[in-house]
Amino acid sequence: MTPESLRQAVIDAVRAIAPEANFTRVRADASLREQLDIDSFDFLNVLIQLHTRLGVDIPEADYAKVATLDDMLAYLARRVA
Amino acid sequence: MHELTMPSFGADMDDGVLVEWHVQPGRAVQRGEVVAVVETQKGAIDVEAWQPGTIARLIAEPGQRLTVGKPLALLAGDGEDWKAVAASAPNAAAVPAPPAAPAVRASPAARKRAGELGIDLAKVAAAAPGEPISIADVERAAQAVPQASAEDGMRAAIAAAMTHSKREIPHYYLGCEVEVETAHRWLAQFNEPLPISGRVLFAALALRLVALALRETPQLNGQFVDGRFKPATATHLGVVTSLRRGGLVVPTVHDADRLTLPALMAALRKSIERARSGRLRSSDLADSTVTVSNLGDLGVETVYGVIYPPQVALIGLGRVAQRPVVRDGAVVVARTMNVTLAADHRASDGLVGARFLARLRELMQHPEQP
Repeated sequence: MTPESLRQAVIDAVRAIAPEANFTRVRADASLREQLDIDSFDFLNVLIQLHTRLGVDIPEADYAKVATLDDMLAYLARRVA
Repeated sequence: MHELTMPSFGADMDDGVLVEWHVQPGRAVQRGEVVAVVETQKGAIDVEAWQPGTIARLIAEPGQRLTVGKPLALLAGDGEDWKAVAASAPNAAAVPAPPAAPAVRASPAARKRAGELGIDLAKVAAAAPGEPISIADVERAAQAVPQASAEDGMRAAIAAAMTHSKREIPHYYLGCEVEVETAHRWLAQFNEPLPISGRVLFAALALRLVALALRETPQLNGQFVDGRFKPATATHLGVVTSLRRGGLVVPTVHDADRLTLPALMAALRKSIERARSGRLRSSDLADSTVTVSNLGDLGVETVYGVIYPPQVALIGLGRVAQRPVVRDGAVVVARTMNVTLAADHRASDGLVGARFLARLRELMQHPEQP
């Protein structure tokens, strides 16, 4: 999977839950949840979307590793490969 | 024979507009089955049958505005012939649908779009006279209206309920810091073997423990009506749910003290999803007995709640964060959460509120409660 398609998969997963999310304004090194007002319920739904799209099940213990867009892309790149 | 009436979705709701029927006379319905859709200030809501029966006669017509409690339809009960019920219904025969509100002819897609946009179909003109209103007609009408009125309606509903609350209810507020380290660790273990779709959020565990704690302080669970407090016979938690487009709704998790943790999570998931997709059911909104506002996810340390009348208490859950706590004389770091109670002083006193918070704090140390 290319970095571009992985990034698009993450954007699609977030937009499925937060349709108004504007990724041109999202800072890749700051908390995704805080920038997009994603509560714990919606965050779980984003992870379920990612699981459906990429087959990656992110355990609760790893939540801290996927807090920002950059971290999430790096984490998923390792797991998808 | 019994009547299906326009349900109330809160003290702030006066009326609703019937959007469409999902059933026809002769159709047998189960309790909880969706029979109609009504448009209210809280959006389009699926109306469920409260009792099993057979639809005998549809009294209200789509497009008609009805005050709360007015009949929508007649149902035949067990062993009754629905045709006989339909024929013998004196009320329905004597009170025909008011001519002032003729049924609006519109396609289902147009009705749905109108609901989303907050457009009154009665004010939409079809492109061709005599034709049903189409989705294009609705969207054209929406552009002519400067602002969608659905959000305004919700804003007005919240304003009315909260003004009433602050004017009528003598609130008292209590708060305490509750250690939730044990509960979080227990939940992490609980979730570990589960697939992601079965994972339980801390919010669900907190709701369950709140419901269990309320068992011992029934003075906080019920309604203040006609000058006195009426305790509830069950614990139905209203869960404040903010909507991405603004505003909030308070769907209900029924019998929260009797559900297992996975069942409560499933119920919470369904009601939040229905709330956020704008497809709430009548039972989601009708009968909560106490409200929980969980703003911790949004970084709020402490919630100072406004009671939703005619309820008598609102429990606020703040942010879970690592904070210094003293354990065995030493300062250690543990996850804690500020829990607050806003309660109606006409129904209870501080002692009761204090007992509730103490019990919740205790339960948080034993999250495995059956």
